[in-house]
Amino acid sequence: MMRERPLSPHLDIYKFAYTMATSIAHRASGIVLAFGFNLLVWWLMAAAAGPAAYERVQGVVGSWLGQLALAGWLLAFAYHLFNGLRHLNWDMGRGLERAEARRSALWVVIATVVLTAWIGYVAFFGGETA
Amino acid sequence: MSLQSPLTRVRGRGSAKSGVSHWWVQRVTAVTLVPLTLWFVVKLLGLPSLNIGDVREWVAEGWTPVLLIMLLGAMAWHSALGVQVVLEDYIRLKSLKVAALFTSTIFHVLVAIAGSYAVLRIALTTPITAG
Ligand code: HEM
Repeated sequence: MMRERPLSPHLDIYKFAYTMATSIAHRASGIVLAFGFNLLVWWLMAAAAGPAAYERVQGVVGSWLGQLALAGWLLAFAYHLFNGLRHLNWDMGRGLERAEARRSALWVVIATVVLTAWIGYVAFFGGETA
Repeated sequence: MSLQSPLTRVRGRGSAKSGVSHWWVQRVTAVTLVPLTLWFVVKLLGLPSLNIGDVREWVAEGWTPVLLIMLLGAMAWHSALGVQVVLEDYIRLKSLKVAALFTSTIFHVLVAIAGSYAVLRIALTTPITAG
């Protein structure tokens, strides 16, 4: 049988803090990535199945809705990556002071914008990278 | 009298210790995902095109299939653990919670296997072109 596992403290016990926003965004971006995982596999399966299936995927991804989803996924990826590194740093007991956490939140936002912009630029305007 | 043994009863309360491995695997997969996801994105951006021919050729070459399957495994595991926490937090009704966790776990495993199978299929059926 399944044992009871501890839950996260519920939202309404908190006073608003800047760290709340980054925490909620980490969860939201994780969920977006979890959906994206299915799309990644769908894309691989289409590539394995052949040109007809692959063209259908390209059609969906190429539509404006598909492009919007891709851009959203990219943003979620960049944010979750950098904020995840922030989490891992905390897990090692570092950066937990209020001022440090505030500063790292700012760095996460900056890094997210830069990485998203860079990938977006290369993806949409072409050019060799690797 | 209860049909539960004292051990079972006590296990439902207090520290179950299983939280440690959940927490630990979430971290291990997170650390694994950092290089793997960055590798994946950089490689995709570097492809001459995302047409099926170029994509298949890349998937089939060298260590790509091995790393891709690792990526899929780490991603599925990390995502399953993460989604589990979210479901546990937001679904109050016990029966619904168990059903959701069950479905999510099975689905993550299924998708990871499907993705790995696709990678292997491409790797084993794409002829290697020189250059
Ligand atoms: C790219 C590298 C990644 C890193 C460094 C990373 C890091 C982390 C960390 C440290 C946590 C735990 C946060 C906490 O303690 O509250 C977490 C949670 C989570 N991650 Fe990731 N992650 C990465 C990629 C992914 C991917 C690719 C997915 C989905 C396919 C994903 C989905 C999730 C989900 C759903 C959660 C749970 C969120 C929550 O409990 O609020 N992550 N991630």
